[in-house]
Amino acid sequence: MSDSLYGPLHDVAEDAGYADPPARAGFFTDTSVCIGCKACEVACKEWNAIPDDGFALTGMSYDNTGQLGASTWRHVAFIEQSRPREVGDGDGGTRWLMASDVCKHCTHAACLDVCPTGALFRTEFATVVVQQDVCNGCAYCVSACPYGVIDRREGDGRAWKCTMCYDRIGDGMEPACAKACPTDSIQYGPLDELRERARARLDELHAEGVAEARLYGEDENDGVGGDGAFFLLLDEPETYGLPPDPVVTTRDLPAMWKWAGGAAAALAGCVAVSFLGRR
Amino acid sequence: MPKRGGERSMVPRAEFGSYYGRPVLKRPRWQAPHLPGYLYFGGLSGAAAAMAAMADATGRGRLSLTGRVTAATAAAAGSALLIAELGRPERFLNMLRVFKPTSPMSVGSWVLATHGGLTGLSAASGVTGIAPWLGRAAGAGAALTGPVLATYTGVLMADTAVPAWHEGYRHLPLLFAGSALASAGAVGMAAVPRGQAGPARRMALLGAGLELAAAGTLEKGAGMREQAELISEPYRTGRAGTLLRLGRGLTAAGAAGTLVAGRSRTAAVVSGLALTGGALCTRFGVFYAGLASAEDPKYTVVPQRARRATGA
Ligand code: SF4
Ligand code: SF4
Repeated sequence: MSDSLYGPLHDVAEDAGYADPPARAGFFTDTSVCIGCKACEVACKEWNAIPDDGFALTGMSYDNTGQLGASTWRHVAFIEQSRPREVGDGDGGTRWLMASDVCKHCTHAACLDVCPTGALFRTEFATVVVQQDVCNGCAYCVSACPYGVIDRREGDGRAWKCTMCYDRIGDGMEPACAKACPTDSIQYGPLDELRERARARLDELHAEGVAEARLYGEDENDGVGGDGAFFLLLDEPETYGLPPDPVVTTRDLPAMWKWAGGAAAALAGCVAVSFLGRR
Repeated sequence: MPKRGGERSMVPRAEFGSYYGRPVLKRPRWQAPHLPGYLYFGGLSGAAAAMAAMADATGRGRLSLTGRVTAATAAAAGSALLIAELGRPERFLNMLRVFKPTSPMSVGSWVLATHGGLTGLSAASGVTGIAPWLGRAAGAGAALTGPVLATYTGVLMADTAVPAWHEGYRHLPLLFAGSALASAGAVGMAAVPRGQAGPARRMALLGAGLELAAAGTLEKGAGMREQAELISEPYRTGRAGTLLRLGRGLTAAGAAGTLVAGRSRTAAVVSGLALTGGALCTRFGVFYAGLASAEDPKYTVVPQRARRATGA
């Protein structure tokens, strides 16, 4: 188990106790080329044999999936924006953002930190996976994830989320979503390489005048020590339903225990004081 | 919809973007009455165990027996609620599969298991009269696990991404400590003859005071690091706000009644009930505040944006 709760961490798998792990695996989701085909959602469901989670029309553009959850491990968001634009500014001032969201496989994963059974564990690829034969459905991870990713599947009773296709990458294959993505919006590979590629892509977009392009989750100095799955976005994170500055909750755990220790001492002290005197 | 840079109003409305107004966080899967019920019983058991051990040490037989039985019963009731809340209750023993200091639930499971065993032993010995030395030793052990059991639950709730719970990490353990003292004191003074119940009444008073003070600071957000007014809002509004106000009223009334409970058994029972009601309202209020905090994206997004803007 890792001793560090916060901050940059370069050897994530080593830190978790692996002797000679492979390179850290990651996803780079470049939303600027996403066409909203949902091939990733379908491929994920098929490969991982995930049950349906209802058939509902949400009224949210072309998004009838809604959000990530126990039975949705890739979710394509659709955002329609119309803004006042300059005359002669392209196609009428409407833009359509599409983005395929996924578990971030955080460097400091709150879900993993708080899991009491050890069901959630760090793989040799530094990804975060639930062992379904261990999880007892306590749901602590559900409230701990700062991105609202993992959830308990009702009826089944256990927590589920993206495994970054642990069963595929171990055999040298790429995850099903990345394989199915027709535009390479979803790229899988060694995290270091992906980060380099993402920075080059960002420079390219900035050079083309797409000033609003930004990377999300690639910074190892952020509140979760950087994400194993990071994104190139074209608007603020919250527009896509992502938290703007997530922090792993266990960063504050040492301080929390101190306050609880103080409270426990106060309780014991109050009991002792109550027994002073003879009545 | 809030206008961007629109007219000024007296109360500045939080402006923030979201994905169709959807929450960023998942709604906690913990439910009522299980979780708040567990918070209450855990607190009651912990403080009652400490009360029983002190009663033993000072030769108050009736108070000791009441404390021991209460501690054991409440530990069992709390454990039952925790197990019932699992998605896979038959796998509850997996809680003891590992010991993980980074998981308050893992630490808490070990504390609860130890405490449950010790209080069970001391209650069984107290009721049957068998092996009194063992009962006293187990009771003394439970006086150590008890205060931990009653307060670690503050860490349990705070160690989540839910802003109202997380930012309450300074307040919740103290709030639960006070509430636990009041709960155990309430049972003690209601169940034990007046002559032996003095310490229980004093515990109830001290506990009520601590509970009221901690709840007051939590509701105001005093001591929260950022956006205190916004993050503490769920403690003042909605179902949680109502419960916490009701709890404050009951706790204050119970404390007032406790002042005269030394003269009348009826007053002791009525005050005990009021304090118990107050403690339950506090636990349910804290629980519902977390649900409200997770369900509205503004509690997640606005403080994080502000943090990013200031580069903190
Ligand atoms: S995004 Fe959430 S579920 Fe995924 S690794 Fe991070 S904390 Fe865990
Ligand atoms: S629900 Fe399962 S995976 Fe999540 S914290 Fe509990 S035991 Fe771990």
